[in-house]
Amino acid sequence: MSKAIVVRASDLRKRFGEREVVCGVDFEIPAGICFGILGPNGAGKTTLMRMLVGMSPITSGEYTLFGEPVSDASLHHRLGVVPQQDNLDPDFTVHKNLMVYANYFGIDKTTASQRADELLEFASLTTRKKDAVSSLSGGMRRRLMIARSLVNDPDLIVLDEPTTGLDPQARHLIWQRLRSLKTRGKTLILTTHYMEEAAELCDEIMVLDHGRILDRGTPKALINRHVEPEVVAVRGLHGEVQIDALCEGLEVRRELVGDTWFCYAKDARPLVARCADDANLTFIHRPASLEDVFLKLTGRDLREES
Amino acid sequence: MMLVPALKPSHVMAVWYRNFLVWRKLVVASMLGNFGDPFLYLLGLGYGLGLYIGEMGGIPYMAFLASGILCSSAMNTATFEGLYSAFTRMNQQGTWEGILATPLRIQEVVAGELVWAATKSLISGTAILIVAGLLGGIQSWETAWMVVPVIFLIGLAFAGPALVVSAIAPSYDFFLYYFTLAVTPMFLFCGVFYPIDALPEFAQLLAQGLPLTHAVALVRPLLTELPLTQPFLHMTVLGTYAVVGYIIASHLAARRLLR
Repeated sequence: MSKAIVVRASDLRKRFGEREVVCGVDFEIPAGICFGILGPNGAGKTTLMRMLVGMSPITSGEYTLFGEPVSDASLHHRLGVVPQQDNLDPDFTVHKNLMVYANYFGIDKTTASQRADELLEFASLTTRKKDAVSSLSGGMRRRLMIARSLVNDPDLIVLDEPTTGLDPQARHLIWQRLRSLKTRGKTLILTTHYMEEAAELCDEIMVLDHGRILDRGTPKALINRHVEPEVVAVRGLHGEVQIDALCEGLEVRRELVGDTWFCYAKDARPLVARCADDANLTFIHRPASLEDVFLKLTGRDLREES
Repeated sequence: MMLVPALKPSHVMAVWYRNFLVWRKLVVASMLGNFGDPFLYLLGLGYGLGLYIGEMGGIPYMAFLASGILCSSAMNTATFEGLYSAFTRMNQQGTWEGILATPLRIQEVVAGELVWAATKSLISGTAILIVAGLLGGIQSWETAWMVVPVIFLIGLAFAGPALVVSAIAPSYDFFLYYFTLAVTPMFLFCGVFYPIDALPEFAQLLAQGLPLTHAVALVRPLLTELPLTQPFLHMTVLGTYAVVGYIIASHLAARRLLR
């Protein structure tokens, strides 16, 4: 795989009136990887994604896609876009949706029809080929959106929250398909607020909040850098006194989220033993995950849409 | 601002073709409306009212009315397409947004919609031409065929402003302003039912600024024995509405969608 840089952004900014939603981000995305942009609601993910695909003009900074300024719409020949909100054409069947979309890329009918059949196979929608889009389930619509984004055989596919609102089966199917795209050498950029999704798919992750990059790296590197390797989540404790007593003499970093104490430690075995002795406690012992990193970096407060 | 020369015809046609495919699915219902409505108008007013009126502006009322109805129908068709249908594609269905992720630009999308709306005017206008012919509303067949490209121009002239209104509309309700303030007044005061000479002088001046007046002034002489005067002026006015409407609409649509 070549190490070519697909996306290069430097001091990229976006302002809506007085409000700056992307506040000077710098990053590069090499070809052939799956790059995840993580962040809570309102972090600026969708705006950044729209800027990346040229659907939102940048306020300032520099940004190139395949080494070209994104204002050149012909770059879209090499780009597949899966927006958060599905915008399939309700007036057409599943197959026709792909055909009509292919026509925007100037793909001739024979090629388009052949590719549409392949893509429906890829998206497990072959049996729904002649059905109206409105008869599809949420997962099928998503898959069709992904299939549609591939109709021009793009080098880079940009997906905004590809599995939000889907059930676990539908989500796993999409993950599998996205992984297979990566093995075909495609570059993927996706936003998500599912840590599990990021861990499953992404080679590299960038955590975004309030329009700024909090950190970036491989999932493993982020975990190593920000949190202790083990976590014990404990419920049933009343007040600081009890948690103090539970952790006394142990090297534990802890945080309260709702009614649950998250205790982070290099070696959690002594703490687990103490928890097991107290019948009033419920606890879970697990390795640290991206979720812990995410919560540590972006804070634990509930995000209200402002 | 990208102007007409930078538009790729294949891109504009791709948008047109998408709309054509949808229209083709509902072609029967659509054609029924195209033939049925003017037929009823011409029958009801042309025959009914014509019986009492006899002649208008020196020609039989049926002939007078047929050319007017043809123009107002071209106006209505392009207006509806540029308002409700285009707005649905832009705002409700995300069709334009989907297209903007392809090599097409917003200017090409708007141009495609403009040409499509004019095409629908062409379809409905041609239907009326046939109906009018059957009902005896056409006096001069030698020049009647020249109306066909004129109908297309009329469609463009009304699609432009309609797309502007769509681009600024917050919701469908907004279109009622446009109908009440622009479309209905034109329908009644631009020479569809009676010559604009009948209006007070200031109203005549006002009507001269409106595209429907010029549409009627072009079409009526082509279908009847009335003399055609200042055809280039009329075409220029219609063309200006189309081009200015297009430029403003694509500018506003870019502001709305490419935020």
